[in-house]
Amino acid sequence: MIAVKRSKQSVLRTNNSVDLFLTVIRVVSLIVIALGLLLFFIEQIRGTALNGDAPLTGGAIRGLFVTGVSQGAMYGLIALGYSMVYGVLGFINFAHGEVFMAGAMSAWITSNILFDNGMWEGGFSFIIALLIVLLVAIVVSTLATILIERIAYRPRRESPRLIPLITSIVVSFFMQNAVLGLFGPASKTLPAPPSWMSDSYTFLEIEGTKILVMVIAAISMAGLWVFVERTKTGKAMRAVAEDKEIAALMGIDVNRTIVTTFAVGGAMAGVAGVLWGLLFRGVSSQTGFLPGIKAFTAAVIGGVGNLGGSMAGGLILGVAESVGPLLILKPMTIPAVSQLKDAVAFAVLVLVLLFKPTGLFGERLASEDRA
Amino acid sequence: MSDRTPLLEFKEINTHYGAVHILKDVNLAIYPGELVCLLGGNASGKSTTLKTLLGMVKPTSGDVILDGEVVNEKPISYRVERGVTMVPENRRLFKRLSVKENLELGAYLRTDKAKIAEDLERIYDMFPRVKERLSQRAGTLSGGEQQMVAMGRALMSSPRVLLMDEPSMGLAPALVETNFELIQQIHAEGVAIFMVEQNANMALSIADRGWVLQTGKVVLDDTADALLQNPELRASYLGEAESH
Repeated sequence: MIAVKRSKQSVLRTNNSVDLFLTVIRVVSLIVIALGLLLFFIEQIRGTALNGDAPLTGGAIRGLFVTGVSQGAMYGLIALGYSMVYGVLGFINFAHGEVFMAGAMSAWITSNILFDNGMWEGGFSFIIALLIVLLVAIVVSTLATILIERIAYRPRRESPRLIPLITSIVVSFFMQNAVLGLFGPASKTLPAPPSWMSDSYTFLEIEGTKILVMVIAAISMAGLWVFVERTKTGKAMRAVAEDKEIAALMGIDVNRTIVTTFAVGGAMAGVAGVLWGLLFRGVSSQTGFLPGIKAFTAAVIGGVGNLGGSMAGGLILGVAESVGPLLILKPMTIPAVSQLKDAVAFAVLVLVLLFKPTGLFGERLASEDRA
Repeated sequence: MSDRTPLLEFKEINTHYGAVHILKDVNLAIYPGELVCLLGGNASGKSTTLKTLLGMVKPTSGDVILDGEVVNEKPISYRVERGVTMVPENRRLFKRLSVKENLELGAYLRTDKAKIAEDLERIYDMFPRVKERLSQRAGTLSGGEQQMVAMGRALMSSPRVLLMDEPSMGLAPALVETNFELIQQIHAEGVAIFMVEQNANMALSIADRGWVLQTGKVVLDDTADALLQNPELRASYLGEAESH
């Protein structure tokens, strides 16, 4: 009896100390953020008072936000693919970053062909060229993801969820090395967009490319939302995500619906690949890795399986990594802050999970086997 | 009855899960418009019978026959299109989808839009409570309401035979009787019903015929009245011992 009592007590004690530890970390992290922001405001005010010049001008801060939102929209588009596949099959498809990279690679090839033919300039012809690039990227990424599903995941559908998870990491390495072998290690450059794209517009003085990126991302997300919420196939997808057996009982072709889910996620990654090309213009076999991991982070921040959450997670991550270093870290006199943007991105993940372990919009998942 | 062709039939069905032999030479026949029930204790193979009828489980030998055609190798959707559907055990609604979407999914394979809208209205008439909750997530409904949606969803496929897996399981006692009335109401509209039920007394009181399954074998096959009188059955399933 005594032994039982003791073991119970010790379990309780560990729980308490874990709780205490978490609370301490929560409080400390909040204090760090608050301190950083406070120092930032003090510096801004002091700078203005001393020499009429704040360390960060309004324009600079605005620029950081715009950059954050446009990159965040791209992360969000990739995150949708992670979330959708997780919703339907319950594993994280780590090859999704490479599907995005395939889209970016195809954008590099098609945009250069179009540039050589004189279509990558002017107003109307540039828009047409961009639509062609988008279309090709969507086709390439969709085909890539359908192939991956057919070859790598379907034969492992009934295995424990860790097996497709590991398979996806293998596929990811395979695709990176395949692209490396085919195109070489050097970074490829997309042609510069016409000059009207680099001008600034509206009272916010947003660069043309960033407006374009945000518009394309918004249209894609709206399209996806309509597809998932308003079409029969979308309804079937949500049904399969919830209960495959009963979905089959309704007469839904579960296999085809799973392929559709992969395809739609792939199409979104293809669009994101083009957006990457527009924003950074440099593409290589390594392009998929970090954005892929960040998009996965965005999906977890929003709550994996929740599409709106993934989008929001992407935007939060993008803004945080863009604004965070200069607003919070720099005032604390941390050196070389702009190189810490990736660290900030993942710190956001830790922070969100500290306060809400299911992600911002996530629901507690049932005890199904998910990896 | 025997002069008509059965709607759904089992001929010498054997089913295995891995090495475990579940159904052993089972013969069943469900005729159009009948209300029949399958009784049996735990692990007697009742749920497997339903799953094999629908094609969710493939038999290792024997034939599943739908309208005189062997459908062993046909997918579930083939049978659903031809009027076989099931209300699963514990209802199994799509909890995160709205009530309306659940009903619409029942008609997933149908393309006759006008007729679907008509059937939807018919279900609203049958379950006015469901109509009030159309835009709500199905998971937020009470057990009784979920049962109505589950039945409505099955009816939306315009079935000729409705398979019901333990329809009174998990329902409040007060709802069990309402539930049986609903089953009779659906039956009265000409839908054949094949019911797997623990509540043998209640099931037999509304059924035409019944089978008793014991460790995968059909041990009794008779009219419902005869089964109600069967002393062996009374002892083991109808709680005779307790009623004394």
